Amino acid sequence: MTAPVVIEARELHRHFGRLHAVDGIDLTIHRGEVFGFLGPNGAGKSTLLRMLVGVMAPTSGSVQVLGYEMPRQADALRPSIGYMTQRFSLYGDLTVEENLRFAGEIFGFPADERRRRVEAAITTYGLGRRRQQLADQLSGGWKQRLALAAATVHRPEILVLDEPTAGVDPSERRNFWEQIFELSGDGVTVLVSTHYMDEAVRCHRLALLRRGALVALGEPRSLTGELEGRVVEVDAEPPEEVVRRLRKHLEVASVTQLGDRVHALLAVGARAEVTAPRLTEYLRQAGFPDAVAVPARPGLEDVFVAATQSAPAASGAYVDLWQDDTYHGARHGAHRGQGATGVSVAPPRGDG
Amino acid sequence: MGSPLSPLLDLLRSPFRGLLAGRATASLRRLLAVARKEVRQLARDPLTLGFVVFVPLVQLSLFGYAINQDIRDVPTALLDRSQSSVSRHLVERLEATQAMRVVHSVGTEAEARGLLARGEVQAVIVVPPDFARRWYRGRGAEISILVDATDPLVARAVRSAADGLAAQIESAADASRAAAGSAAGSLEVRTLASSELRRDRPFLVTVLTYYNPELRTPVFVVPGLLGVILTTTMLLMTALSLVRERERGTFEFLIGTPVARGELMVGKLLPYVVIGLIQIAIVLLAGLAIFRVPVEGSLLGLALASILFIAANLTAGLVISSLVKTQLQATQVAFFFFLPSVLLSGFMFPFEAMPEPAQWLGELLPLTHYIRLCRGILLRATPVWHLAGSLAWLAGMCLVGLVAATRLFRKRLE
Repeated sequence: MTAPVVIEARELHRHFGRLHAVDGIDLTIHRGEVFGFLGPNGAGKSTLLRMLVGVMAPTSGSVQVLGYEMPRQADALRPSIGYMTQRFSLYGDLTVEENLRFAGEIFGFPADERRRRVEAAITTYGLGRRRQQLADQLSGGWKQRLALAAATVHRPEILVLDEPTAGVDPSERRNFWEQIFELSGDGVTVLVSTHYMDEAVRCHRLALLRRGALVALGEPRSLTGELEGRVVEVDAEPPEEVVRRLRKHLEVASVTQLGDRVHALLAVGARAEVTAPRLTEYLRQAGFPDAVAVPARPGLEDVFVAATQSAPAASGAYVDLWQDDTYHGARHGAHRGQGATGVSVAPPRGDG
Repeated sequence: MGSPLSPLLDLLRSPFRGLLAGRATASLRRLLAVARKEVRQLARDPLTLGFVVFVPLVQLSLFGYAINQDIRDVPTALLDRSQSSVSRHLVERLEATQAMRVVHSVGTEAEARGLLARGEVQAVIVVPPDFARRWYRGRGAEISILVDATDPLVARAVRSAADGLAAQIESAADASRAAAGSAAGSLEVRTLASSELRRDRPFLVTVLTYYNPELRTPVFVVPGLLGVILTTTMLLMTALSLVRERERGTFEFLIGTPVARGELMVGKLLPYVVIGLIQIAIVLLAGLAIFRVPVEGSLLGLALASILFIAANLTAGLVISSLVKTQLQATQVAFFFFLPSVLLSGFMFPFEAMPEPAQWLGELLPLTHYIRLCRGILLRATPVWHLAGSLAWLAGMCLVGLVAATRLFRKRLE
C-alpha cells in the first residue's frame, strides 16, 4: 500500500481485571482501505475497535488516528470519524428522522445544512417510508441502516463499523455491503468487524483475531493462498469418527469439522494432490468404506486453523476453531435462525 | 492544570470552547441539540407527566392536609354540674375558640373518665356545682379541664385556648372593675395537664401574630413543600438521565460525537429547569386554591431563587449520575440525599429548634436556603436581595456541582 497511513496502533493492550481482552496488537491502516476484523465472540474485536475510535482508553500502548492521539485528542477527531456501535445505540424513543436530526445537530451543522444532510441520508438509505417510525419499532436490518446513516451524516473520512450485520438477514447484509463499498469508493476508510467468513473475504485486508491477539493479517486471497495445496476435504460418515482417525495420520497437521465436512490441514511440506489419495486409502482401511478425500481450496477457516496451530500445537491436535460450539452449531445451520447462509458463526450478542 | 482554579476554567472552557474559538454557534447548536432531544424523550415518556404534574399535586395535598399542626375541634365531653346560664355561656366561648367541640354531655365524673379512657373524647370540661354562685360573688369561680395529653400538641392547644379565654375574661373583669368599681366575676381555669393554678396575673400578655395570623400550618408548609418537591423530582431526573444513557447503550453514540462534556451537562439541565418552574407554578396555584397560601412577595425574586435552587439540585443529580453505574444505584444515592434534606432543612421541624450540629449540617443543604427564601418571599414579602446569603449559597452549589459533575464525568467507556 502506498496510500497514507490513517490509523496506527502500537503494542495495544486492554485488560478487564484478569481478562486480557486485547493483548498486544500492532496495526497500520491506510487511507481508502476496507479493513476487516474477523474473529469469534470474545476475540477482542469490539474492545480493539473502541480503542481505535477513542471511546475506550487502552491499558497500555498507543493509538494514532489521522495524527490525533487516542483517546486524549478524541474530541478533535470526532468530525472526521464515524462509529457504528455493535449494540444499537441510537434513541429507541425517537423516530428515524429525529435520530438523524439529532445526529446532524450534535455534529454542529447549521439548520439548513443539517436538513440537507438528513434528507440525503434518508434518501441514500431508503428510510423515507419509515421516517416517522420510532427506532425501537424497526427490525434489525432497518435499525442497522439507520445506525449507518447516523454514523455517516457528517461524512467522515474514517468509518468504523462494529459487527454491523449481526442479526441481519442475508439480502439485507448484501445491501449493507453495497453501501460499504459505495462509501469506500468515495474514499472513505472503512474498518469493519464481523464473524461472517463470506463478509470477511470481501475486505481489502483482514485481521484475524483470537483471544485478544492478531493471529493473521493480510489480503484474504494471500492469506488463503499461503495454504494452497495444504488442505484436503474429506467426506465420510460419521464425521466425528473421521476426525479422530485422521489426527493419527502423520501428514495431517490438524483436523477441523466444518458441518458435515471435515477439513484436514496438512503438515508443512505435504502436497494435497499427493496426500489426498493416501488419506482416502487410509480411511477406507480404517473402516470408512465410503471415504473420499480430495484437495480443496483453502478457506479463511483453514487460515485460522493454520495460524492458531503453527505455534504450540502438537501434530494432529484438534482445534476448536471458534472456542466453543457456536461455530459448529452455526455450520449445522441450527443456530436459531442465524445460520441461514451457512457461514454465520455466532449469535448476535456482545463481544466482551 | 493543577491549580485549584483549573476545574473552573475547564468548566468555563468546555461548554464554550467553541465560543472562544469563534465557533460559538456550533457549540450552542450541540448544547441545544441535547436539550431538544431530552425534551422529545420527556414528551414521549408517559411517566414525565406524572412527575411534572401529579407528584407535586399529590405531595401538596398529602403534606398540606396530613401534616396539620393546627389542633381544632378536639372532641370534648361536658360535665356541667352548675347548669347555669353562666356556665353555658362559658362553654360556648370555649367552643368559639375552635380548639374544642363538645360532643358528649355527661352526668358523672366516672362517665367522663370512661369516655376519656376509651379515647372517645380527648378533653372533659368539668364545671363544679357552686360555679355560678362563686362567679357572682366575684372570686374563686373555677372550672377544670381534663386533657388526654397522649399527644402533647392536643394538650397544649386546649390549654392555650383555656388560658386565652381566662385572660380575656379577667381583663374584661378588670376593665369593668376599673370602670364601675364593682366586683364582677373573675375566672380561674385549671387544666389538669398542668395542674397549675393561676391566681394572679401581674400583667397581661398580648400576642400579635404577623404573616400567618390564623396560624394555619399549610401557609407554613407549602412554601417549604415547593423545595421538597423540587428536590425529589429534579434530583432524581438528572441523577437518572446520564446513567440511563449508559444503561441503554446510547452513551456510546454520544461519546462518538463531538459534543463537549459541558455542552452535554448544560444541555441536559435546561429542560429540567423549565419543568421545575412549571412545577412551582402548579404548587403555588394549587396552594392558593386549596390552602389559600398567599403570594406576598415578588414573583421575579421567587423565580430567581427557584432557578438557582433547581440548578443546584440538577447539578447534584448530575454528580450522582457521573458517580454511579446503574439507575438503581442512582435512585438509592438520591434517596440518601432526600432524607437529610427533608429532616434538617427546617421543613419538618423548626430549624432554630434543632441541635447545633444538625443546624450546621442543615446549612449545607440547598433546601434549607431555598425554604428560607420561599418563606421570606412568599409570606413576608421580603425583597430577595435581603436574602442574598442564601442566593449566593445556591449559586455556589450550582457552580460546584457543575464543576464536579464535569470533572467526574468521563466521555469514555470503562
